[in-house]
Amino acid sequence: MTKTTQPDSRTVKALLQVFAVLVLAGLAILLFSPHAGADDAAAKVQGNFAGADYWREVSDGTVGYTTSKGAEHGQLINVSGERWRELRNKWISPGGLYAIGGSLGLLTLVYLTLGCMKLDKPRTGRLILRWGLFDRAMHWFVAITFLTLAFTGLNILYGKHFIPEYFGYDIWKNLIALSKFLHNYIGPIFSIGLLVMIIRWFGNNFFNMTDVKWFIQGGGLIGNKHPSAEFLNGGEKGWYWALTILGLVVVGSGLVLDFPLFGLTRNDMQTANLIHGGVSLLLVAISLGHIYIGTIGSEGALEGMKTGYVDETWAKQHHDLWYAEVKDQAIDPAQAQTDKSGKADKPGNAEKAEQA
Amino acid sequence: MAKMKFLCDSERCIECNGCVTACKNANETEWGIQRRRVVTIDDGEPNETSISVACMHCTDAPCMAVCPTDCFYQTDDGIVLHDKDLCIGCGYCLFACPFGAPQFPSEGAFGERGKMDKCTFCAGGPEEDPAKQKAKYGANRIAEGKLPLCAEMCSTKALLAGDAQKVSDIFRERVVYRGHKDGAWSSVDEQKAAPGKQGPEALVPGQMDSQQMAALASELAVDASNIIAKA
Repeated sequence: MTKTTQPDSRTVKALLQVFAVLVLAGLAILLFSPHAGADDAAAKVQGNFAGADYWREVSDGTVGYTTSKGAEHGQLINVSGERWRELRNKWISPGGLYAIGGSLGLLTLVYLTLGCMKLDKPRTGRLILRWGLFDRAMHWFVAITFLTLAFTGLNILYGKHFIPEYFGYDIWKNLIALSKFLHNYIGPIFSIGLLVMIIRWFGNNFFNMTDVKWFIQGGGLIGNKHPSAEFLNGGEKGWYWALTILGLVVVGSGLVLDFPLFGLTRNDMQTANLIHGGVSLLLVAISLGHIYIGTIGSEGALEGMKTGYVDETWAKQHHDLWYAEVKDQAIDPAQAQTDKSGKADKPGNAEKAEQA
Repeated sequence: MAKMKFLCDSERCIECNGCVTACKNANETEWGIQRRRVVTIDDGEPNETSISVACMHCTDAPCMAVCPTDCFYQTDDGIVLHDKDLCIGCGYCLFACPFGAPQFPSEGAFGERGKMDKCTFCAGGPEEDPAKQKAKYGANRIAEGKLPLCAEMCSTKALLAGDAQKVSDIFRERVVYRGHKDGAWSSVDEQKAAPGKQGPEALVPGQMDSQQMAALASELAVDASNIIAKA
């Protein structure tokens, strides 16, 4: 037994020696390494990380650990919140008022100086089909949803400054809740209408030299002669592209705000909100020009979108090149009446333009 | 008039989440709503530091500034409360809040988030009927002359709640005992007592007599009312 144990104890001794050498080497490394001194160990024990460095880290939006399951709850400070508040309350909100107020002011000035643009010559009484049933339905679908979104959106941005004061708590409570509800649900419906409209009228809306000349003459404001125009004039094409580009931006950012799912962060929402607010206010300001021209600004313009038919005189005055193409299609009002009830959705003009 | 504020002493917070539990229990908030949370920076690292955070009842509250319904209001005590009848759940307060305090019961399509819920400093909300108030906004301990339960139940007294002046007085006392001239935002490392130096830096925490501490306390005294007024 003893014989067998002796080699064993020797092996143990040798192992211990090796271990001692390793430990010493390890200690030597620890002692001479610059980062693992006794001071560092003490600092590790004291630990607690506070002071300016801590505050700097926290206010940079560092994410820590938390048992809370709420979205972004690991972040102590939402760094961009204050910037969003600043941009929204000090730039977008007053900016929108300047844009819309400026637009309204300009249109009032135009109306007071020029008044309603009447037809130069008496009406011939013969009508030309300008907008088919589908075009008109689409126009009014987009118009009504647009106006609903504009009014509810303006209420969401500006309502609190005067509605509770003048109309009381109960009206305000219901109005703002309805505004948010309508705005959030009609938004996607509007976007479908907008997309259909953009596609349907895409072909008619490319600018050409006629439109450049139209713009140079200010759409008839500069000089005495009314500038030439095709089925759509430069102004109408401009409105189409404003609505297409700005409208798509508004729809895109609006859908982000509408669907706070898919792990969207506060940051994404802030960005979407700023884009949505700024661009939609600009769009509302521009839309006032379109509404003005289409209603009190110009005689006969609304008829086209209401009944689908325009008077020959109106067509000749405002869209002379288009009139030259379609003047043989002019019909009597009685005929138009029967057509309207039936399948009058044959806008030769619109189809022609689409082919072009 | 008192200005109510929370203060969390990061040197004391041990991440026990007692405040979170106390809050949940006092206010019986909806499933998924957690008004208070504890965040630990550098978890598991040598510098691990925890802080309990909820609505800080800002004097210039961003939520109030951006709310489209104007449902927020400040009580005379500086507590920021909101009217859930007016709230439309748009989420703007959450976008603006620096502390992630506003909570929403759901996050659905078409921006359906439900009515916002947040810390009320245990001061309830705008509802006359006490039962309805309790159900809608949680406890109204302030009306009973009590402070928020989270701070009351904090085991290390890291979380302080109450009048800003009182809270800062308590905190200043701690600063004196610990010898931290910058309060919660200073590290032990920087504050080692330096022999041969004059003033508070010459004093070693735990080795001062009461006179020395009183002298140091008055030297470090800050009138919080000026700070509050400035804010």
